[in-house]
Amino acid sequence: MYEIISNVTLAPNLHRLVVKAPRVAAARKPGQFVIVRADRGDERIPLTIGDANATEGTITLFVQAIGASTRKIVSIPAGGALRDVAGPLGQATHIEKWGRVACVGGGVGTAVLFPLARALAEAGNQVTTIIGGRSSQFIILADEIAAFSDEVLITTEDGSLGRKGFVTNALTDMIADPARAPKMVVAVGPVPMMRAVAELTRPHAIKTLVSLNPIMIDGTGMCGGCRVVVGGESKFACVDGPEFDGHLVDFAGLVDRLTTYRSFEEQARHNAECLIKKEMPNV
Amino acid sequence: MSNDLSAKERLAIDRVHMPELAPEVRSRNFEEVNQGLSLDDAIQEAKRCLQCKHRPCVEGCPVGVSIPEFIDALAAEQLPESAAILQGDNALPAVCGRVCPQESQCEARCVRGVKGESVAIGYLERFVADWAMKNREKLRATQLPSKSGKKVAIVGCGPAGLTAAGELARHGHGVTIFEALHDTGGVLRYGIPEFRLPKEIIDVEVSRLLDMGVEIECNVIIGKTLTLDQLRGEFDAVFISNGAGLPAMLNIPGENLKGVYSANEFLTRVNLMEAGRNPDSPTPIIKGRQVAVIGGGNTAMDCVRTARRLGAERAMIIYRRSEAEMPARVEEIKHAKEEGVEFIMLTAPLEILGTEDGWVAALRCQRMELGPPDDSGRRKPVPVEGSEYEIPVEVVANAVGTRANPLLTATAPELALNKWGNIVSDENGATNLPGVFAGGDIVRGGATVILAMGDGKSAAASIDNYLKEKAS
Ligand SMILES: Cc1cc2nc3c(=O)[nH]c(=O)nc-3n(C[C@H](O)[C@H](O)[C@H](O)COP(=O)(O)OP(=O)(O)OC[C@H]3O[C@@H](n4cnc5c(N)ncnc54)[C@H](O)[C@@H]3O)c2cc1C
Ligand code: FES
Repeated sequence: MYEIISNVTLAPNLHRLVVKAPRVAAARKPGQFVIVRADRGDERIPLTIGDANATEGTITLFVQAIGASTRKIVSIPAGGALRDVAGPLGQATHIEKWGRVACVGGGVGTAVLFPLARALAEAGNQVTTIIGGRSSQFIILADEIAAFSDEVLITTEDGSLGRKGFVTNALTDMIADPARAPKMVVAVGPVPMMRAVAELTRPHAIKTLVSLNPIMIDGTGMCGGCRVVVGGESKFACVDGPEFDGHLVDFAGLVDRLTTYRSFEEQARHNAECLIKKEMPNV
Repeated sequence: MSNDLSAKERLAIDRVHMPELAPEVRSRNFEEVNQGLSLDDAIQEAKRCLQCKHRPCVEGCPVGVSIPEFIDALAAEQLPESAAILQGDNALPAVCGRVCPQESQCEARCVRGVKGESVAIGYLERFVADWAMKNREKLRATQLPSKSGKKVAIVGCGPAGLTAAGELARHGHGVTIFEALHDTGGVLRYGIPEFRLPKEIIDVEVSRLLDMGVEIECNVIIGKTLTLDQLRGEFDAVFISNGAGLPAMLNIPGENLKGVYSANEFLTRVNLMEAGRNPDSPTPIIKGRQVAVIGGGNTAMDCVRTARRLGAERAMIIYRRSEAEMPARVEEIKHAKEEGVEFIMLTAPLEILGTEDGWVAALRCQRMELGPPDDSGRRKPVPVEGSEYEIPVEVVANAVGTRANPLLTATAPELALNKWGNIVSDENGATNLPGVFAGGDIVRGGATVILAMGDGKSAAASIDNYLKEKAS
């Protein structure tokens, strides 16, 4: 059992969990993830390790409650426990000194981005972080990220905070300005966002790293369910990734494979809602 | 001999039949197909054994189970004695009685098989092991020696690791098994389906080890959570038995369509995660009315029979060679046929065709014919020109094989590997690193449960020697 030390809501359906997992905390490097099971019989859910404290033996997970399993994970209060936490899995981000870098985060992707951006800053890069979301309440970790970034740009689709528009608008301006143009871009967020960023940087030949989130089971290379096509080759995201060169990723294939269980998920959501209605007829 | 039948009387008895669930019933559920022998049938079958002095069957067993002896005790209705003999030689008899390829091992050597049918050694092994599980109080408790003070780490909780753990604990060593997944058993848990090997059997075997003081830590991936070097620092010896968990890909177009699974993924979803067989499981699986499974081994049979149980109307085995070359156990092939599985032999997949929205639609295949024998001694399949055709399917499971998983070895560069990435070990299980031993599928490539157990047993003996030498 892995004790939950704290559980804080950062944004609607987005929680920050600090979990006791000493071995993972000691071994983990930025870019790696864990596989979590809330309880016996539950699904195995991959979650990026947002941060770790080796002395305390804790790791920080940012969990967006989208399906039944993630909702169950975020519903466990501090003092409760997760049954399984396995990791750290995947490759660590290759951190190097590029000079000026742009780190682009969308939605919960911002949390995945957070440790990478900080590692890049610690390696001496000048980091501009662009955080995007549908509206102000989905902009997360802005203060934490500002602590090490040279510049933080915020975009919201409804204009409720920062610039109205998409992260790509802010990135386009950066690239156009010779004084601010990044040598390297890291983008983490919804697949369409990462794809748009990769398409934006491609003509400028700016190296672009994306962090992929395909369907996983074991996370150790045993099942092959997480395969994605990168540069024309099948890769296992759990072992070879989760970060890949955005200019080589077959995003269309990734998007398509992510829809494999959509009808199953809709059914599960429907069943859960019916159950709520049955148990609480007045809702 | 404890029962005094003449050879003639023994020869007059016919081989017992294993009671089975009816195919039309079992092909719709996950209950165990083989129901097990009754006591009377088991004793009767035991009496068929001629008690040969030269014990050819024992030579056919990779762990050298004292077969005539446990059968003799059974024939004499001395079940505790029979169980003690069996369990002394084999750490997981209830598993082996169900999944060993007896027809090519012990039973292939049985003298009675020369002219008629061999003694049903596998059925008897299973009978005695099951009896022992239900009658633990009637068994002599294993006496553990005093603690040696030595600690051994085992990587992987499959049959090789479990066997080594039991043997080492019996020698008084402290044992910790590190397992990457959230549960024990390795392939026995995530690969072999419930209808062949009920999972409670693994639970019982594992609890026997826990009772002996073995510690099992799940969710620890060696090479990620801890390194081999860390284990070597903390423990006096290490046994690596992390299996061959890396699916070989088909490398044909269409492999990434929705509805294409590796056998490992398909079976893990259903077995470990209970998808499709437990309505409460949150893990999904695409069921498919028409399912093609590519391969001819036990894994392929397990996939295709699982697909049938998930509701496939047409469940097919697609195999490049002919039935005679199939590596699967004969019983699995027989059961699959009875359950309505179609065997499409001498056929190789060329491409998986998809629908507009990315789902599997058909398998494009090519007919093969058998040419001269290849390196493996089996006749090599050669394509028949112009024989391409399509089979409509919704799900494809690839069961062509597995390779060594590099997670551990990638972080242990000093460890000697062969060109396929398998760990190199000598006949005692020793690797090139002092105190590091290896066995099972990580050494042999995809092999069998009993060979993995044999490796676990012999490695445990060498580890025991190694620790004694180190101490002196
Ligand atoms: C579907 C299927 C059906 C089969 N049917 C039969 C049959 O009928 N009869 C038969 O004899 N054989 C059968 N086999 C083969 C048999 O199961 C294997 O040969 C046997 O399980 C190998 O045992 P093992 O202990 O070496 O490895 P495994 O059983 O593979 O166990 C290895 C364990 O190590 C864990 N692990 C892996 N990497 C790490 C790591 N880095 N750190 C920690 N833990 C790790 C894995 O999660 C796993 O639990 C079948 C195989 C499959 C896949
Ligand atoms: S999740 Fe199974 S191989 Fe990557």
